Amino acid sequence: MLSPLTLTVNGTRRDVMLDDPRVTLLDLLRERLALPGTKKGCDRGQCGACTVLVDGRRINSCLVLAITLDGAEVTTIEGLADGDALHPVQAAFIEHDGFQCGYCTPGQIMSAVGLIAEGQAGDDPDRIREGMSGNLCRCAAYHGITQAVLDATRRMDADSKRTAA
Amino acid sequence: MTPFEYARPTTAADAIAAWMPGAAYLAGGTNLVDLMKTGTARPGKVIDIGRIGGLDRIETLADGSTRIGALVRNADLAHDAGFAEVFPMVAEALLSGASGQLRNAATVGGNLMQRTRCAYFMDPHSACNRRSSGSGCSASGGDTGAMAILGWSDMCIATNPSDFCVALAALGAVVEVQGRGGPREIAFADFHHLPKDTPENETALMPGEIVLAIRLPAEAADFRKNSRYVKLRERTSYAFALVSAAAALRLEGGRIIAARLAIGAVAAKPWRVPGAEAMLIGQAPGPELFAAAAAVALTGAKPSGDNGHKIELARRIAIRALTLAATGTPARMPAFPASLFGDDAHV
Repeated sequence: MLSPLTLTVNGTRRDVMLDDPRVTLLDLLRERLALPGTKKGCDRGQCGACTVLVDGRRINSCLVLAITLDGAEVTTIEGLADGDALHPVQAAFIEHDGFQCGYCTPGQIMSAVGLIAEGQAGDDPDRIREGMSGNLCRCAAYHGITQAVLDATRRMDADSKRTAA
Repeated sequence: MTPFEYARPTTAADAIAAWMPGAAYLAGGTNLVDLMKTGTARPGKVIDIGRIGGLDRIETLADGSTRIGALVRNADLAHDAGFAEVFPMVAEALLSGASGQLRNAATVGGNLMQRTRCAYFMDPHSACNRRSSGSGCSASGGDTGAMAILGWSDMCIATNPSDFCVALAALGAVVEVQGRGGPREIAFADFHHLPKDTPENETALMPGEIVLAIRLPAEAADFRKNSRYVKLRERTSYAFALVSAAAALRLEGGRIIAARLAIGAVAAKPWRVPGAEAMLIGQAPGPELFAAAAAVALTGAKPSGDNGHKIELARRIAIRALTLAATGTPARMPAFPASLFGDDAHV
């Protein structure tokens, strides 16, 4: 049986006829919507490589059935940059060497964007480490990741103050 | 994942009507979808309850109790400023579990329904009386380091993995459920079952019943100044408890006038011993008193394999939780919730 599914992915409406309710959001993005930036690591909710934003909140896309998300807004790593202008979190990861092989990086960056939006960690490195613990990095680039998230938090805070003024 | 029929009702009544033997209710999916991928769970029908209205609220009722809708997300409850101020121990337990992503998706009702993390339960190729009644128990004689030390049976030695449920047990929560027979309430102490001869019978829910809300009674709010959840695990964040404890005290004039203590990850349910709480009443907080209470809380503990160390760890974590509760709830949530590590773990 086909089930119609409508999502807004990176600002664009996507209508999908889903032929199987078993399809996860991760597999939908990678295999059917040509958005392979979101990575499949463990596929069990343990590594965080598949992190995306759903209605603005970071989640593991491997653990959510796509069919349950009808009407939702999804943001993936492909939707962060504004043309050639990188998102502040992307720029900070480059500047602070927040990766080595890069496989976990899209998940790390989406998780960091979600963490900063949650507003619980602020500029406390321990709270950032705790907040990012759902994203594993086999290359162990954790120091650079923490520095990148700290720096991006400060930059985005300064930007929002400038915009407000 | 085995094929299933999918239904998305918008009322609890429709969800209950849609239920049939072999069906599973799906909320956040962080546990169920994982178990479906491995074949540990094979529901023939998945009833998505995520769009049932009215179950995402946190309310204070006229009698002073707090009602948490079953579809409230773990992160939303823990970060609700009003809730965290009154129930800091519950917020700390929630924030010590899983990761930011999982807490954004997981629901509080689903937390009550999460299955054991016993590796043999989660591996469909292992014998497991809990997963498949009468098939045996590969855990017995296997890797037993994290298994139960209280309330286990020869049929099953698994533990309940929840942090949140330990705090709820300590505070005497009530679970509001609904089924074809109508709505009813289940005391938290009765919600999760010990394995006995029927480990597959995990909770007090009747077939098709659904959790609608969790209620914390008015007196649970009296512990806000002196309560802590403490958790030992193999890494500081994003790990299940090896042992944990929720301790809550009410102090007046240097004496304890009310006390709650529950220990986690030691049995198939949160382990609350009213006798250990009773002996604290009227006493001044102190190391000898807390050691005596912890000893009573662990009465009857015995290894289910090569895990005798958990008895001593549980005794110590209970003492530590009581000691930290007596010291006072931290002014701010510690950077590493429920951890014994970090700069602000002890304040």
